[in-house]
Amino acid sequence: MGLAKRIIPCLDVDAGRVVKGVNFVGIRDAGDPVEVAQRYNHQGADEITFLDITASHEDRATTVEMVERIAGEVFIPLTVGGGIRTCDDIRTMLNAGADKVSINTAAVHDPDFVYEAAERFGSQCIVVAIDAKRVSADGETPRWEIFTHGGRRPTGLDAVEWAQKMVELGAGELLLTSMDRDGTRQGFDIGVTRAISDAVSVPVIASGGVGTLDHLVEGIKDGGADAVLAASIFHFGEYSIPEAKRHMTDNGIEMRR
Amino acid sequence: MTIAVIDYGMGNLHSVAKALEHVTHENVVITRDARRIHGATRLVLPGQGAIRDCIGELERTELRGMVDELLAAQKKPLLGICVGQQMLHEHSEENGGVDCLGFMPGEVRRFPVDMSDESGNRCKVPHMGWNLVHQHQKHPLWEGIDQNEHFYFVHSYYVEVDDDSVLFGATDYGRVNAHVATGRDATFAVQFHPEKSSRAGLRLLENFVQWMP
Repeated sequence: MGLAKRIIPCLDVDAGRVVKGVNFVGIRDAGDPVEVAQRYNHQGADEITFLDITASHEDRATTVEMVERIAGEVFIPLTVGGGIRTCDDIRTMLNAGADKVSINTAAVHDPDFVYEAAERFGSQCIVVAIDAKRVSADGETPRWEIFTHGGRRPTGLDAVEWAQKMVELGAGELLLTSMDRDGTRQGFDIGVTRAISDAVSVPVIASGGVGTLDHLVEGIKDGGADAVLAASIFHFGEYSIPEAKRHMTDNGIEMRR
Repeated sequence: MTIAVIDYGMGNLHSVAKALEHVTHENVVITRDARRIHGATRLVLPGQGAIRDCIGELERTELRGMVDELLAAQKKPLLGICVGQQMLHEHSEENGGVDCLGFMPGEVRRFPVDMSDESGNRCKVPHMGWNLVHQHQKHPLWEGIDQNEHFYFVHSYYVEVDDDSVLFGATDYGRVNAHVATGRDATFAVQFHPEKSSRAGLRLLENFVQWMP
């Protein structure tokens, strides 16, 4: 008995709506972010992640308003990511009611931003999002690199070394997404999850590829993750949070009741 | 009737204020104004980040003296949260050693970096997520909350007291038994975040708002 593993539903939000691309074809509308967040809270989600995938500047105000509304209704931890580039962006989201912010591309462009953010706001609210893609061929020693721009642009950075560097600079948690698996529903990339989880002292959230409840179990048991993040399996009613928790418990993983 | 969340510049106080507003119709203010703090019926002392910075900011904003007086008087209920709990004890080993407010006995220690659980998995630091709180003594703030209920934690340091009279709740992490709820007289303090602990956390805040010590 002890610290429970976490299940984190993720809301990808565009222009004030929860969306999710299904198999990379088209975007499906999954509802109003506040209603969706409330539903997951009632179901017993351990945390909520809100990813702002909005490209346009005008919609940022909508995002702040959404975060404020969720934070006024949902009393579990809320992480907000997408477009966090400056300490002012972080301040805005924390004031709106976010508990943590997730920094992705800005960390790759300027790693010291992570240090500056952690110094100013504390490591406990700085999550660094890592998008990793396998670059080794079959049969070679596995190696993953950091990619930006939704997995299209390589950076040449080794994912495990990068993860360690982010933690040294002050990241309090890592959100690890496998770009090979994201959207495939074939399960997490266990190799990279295990490699990074073993290499760092802070909690790791596994993301990318969940299609079944067994995948969630694998992320914790085989990948060594502290939390698992998923979107589409929950959004369209395929599985509920209580079903996922029951399945985890049945497999010997400690969950919050 | 006003609940004052003491704002000395450390951490995100909006979550605490929003959660309090959710459980009470009383006025909730986030303030560093001495008159408003004196005029409040209840106080919340939050805290986030490094303890030296928290104590330092309390001194820089000239709130330290008032907080010391309020603690000595014990006239109105006060709830310490996270580093707000740690500060109420004697001393912390963070930042090379920091003297705290000394309202209750006890030391603030760091979780060891090399801990494992019984299955051999590494216990990460910070201790982040939902963990069980074992209630050591009855207290009005535990009313309606189950024994061994989950609460949400984010911390690398924890309180350890050697005086059972101030110990109200503990949590196991790795080989550490952290004293996560402590209190004396009209003061109660928790390491976890009630404002982020869903139903159980809201219930604790509701109990605090109704507490008449």
